[in-house]
Amino acid sequence: MKVAITSTGNSPDAKLDSRFGRCSYFVVYDTESHSTEFIPNPNKDNVEGAGPASAQLVASKGARKVVSGEFGAKVKSLFDSLQIQLIVIHESEKKISEIIELINTKN
Amino acid sequence: MKIAIASGKGGTGKTLVSTNLFYSAQQAGISVALADCDAEEPNVAEFIQGEIVHSEIVSQNIPVIDVNACVFCGKCHEYCNYHAIVYLPPSGFIQVVEELCHDCGACLVACKYGAITEKIKQLGQVRTMAVNDQAKIIEGSANVGVYSPVPVIRQTIRELNGESLSILDSPPGISCPFIATVEKADYVVLVTEPTPFGVNDLKLSAATLKHLGKPFGVIVNRAGLGNRDVYEWLGQNEIPLLMEIPFDKEIARIYSEGRLLAEVIPAYRIQFMKLLDHLKCQKA
Repeated sequence: MKVAITSTGNSPDAKLDSRFGRCSYFVVYDTESHSTEFIPNPNKDNVEGAGPASAQLVASKGARKVVSGEFGAKVKSLFDSLQIQLIVIHESEKKISEIIELINTKN
Repeated sequence: MKIAIASGKGGTGKTLVSTNLFYSAQQAGISVALADCDAEEPNVAEFIQGEIVHSEIVSQNIPVIDVNACVFCGKCHEYCNYHAIVYLPPSGFIQVVEELCHDCGACLVACKYGAITEKIKQLGQVRTMAVNDQAKIIEGSANVGVYSPVPVIRQTIRELNGESLSILDSPPGISCPFIATVEKADYVVLVTEPTPFGVNDLKLSAATLKHLGKPFGVIVNRAGLGNRDVYEWLGQNEIPLLMEIPFDKEIARIYSEGRLLAEVIPAYRIQFMKLLDHLKCQKA
């Protein structure tokens, strides 16, 4: 299964980006192959609609779960229809590597 | 002539100025309309009452995609400048994000398969209230939860028709609702207060109006509060100071009772008339 995580940078040491639609990078982590892919967010500076455009991006990457600090109202209903699970982490100091560890221990 | 009363910071006294300007013009026998363009929080009618003579619903079209007729060609998604259509061809997923739709109709043009029709979404209403033969209030009010009040503001301004003076009470801030209001004005009055917040937001509003090429001047409300920074800044930038309204408990009391300063204290009516005379000479 693939999990998307919003990241402030393009390395496992980077911290979680607390914003979904306007995060700096998306990390797509594959729980089976343990591979990670860092994707710069092309919607970061959109005037509007960054959330739905980012939802489309992570869905097109095959993510079934998305980890971020917060999600706006427009993407919540979209992810609902896409049947993608949202996971909110309030500790913005968490590193991507730590979040990946958490995902691995939960599975 | 159309005059917009605006501010960067909220609560600086836009409605105080626009309602008193309206009252003073009305007393002077000028045909006048006051358009309450603060459609997310209209409050002019709390100060001036009139009889509702016209009411109009504002709505927009929203595309509806028939997934059975859709061939997932992606054209509508590509045509949409506002990212309002989310499209995932492999999973056969296509959905309209209604809040992002600007009712431009591009998706209808894009679709060659007849999969897109439109439905109507109600955004708010515009009410015209006659105060007398010469004076009226036009109030725009957006429905709660509507993503943008701009279509309601545009309709509010369209209801004005050739009054010799139109006053546009603008929403605060400098985003789309503010732009939609001031772009129709011949002159803009920015109301500020001599506090750091007031000055900061005044600078943002002034920069936006310069960009739009709109002539403007400034009213300092609650004068006596804070410091002199605002006056220095106005001087340095050669921006006219149109009027000062003192920081006075009596003014706050009159306002909070829903009464008009120019009606209760005639000296202010004279001041607002002077302001009006001054503004008439400003016409670009």
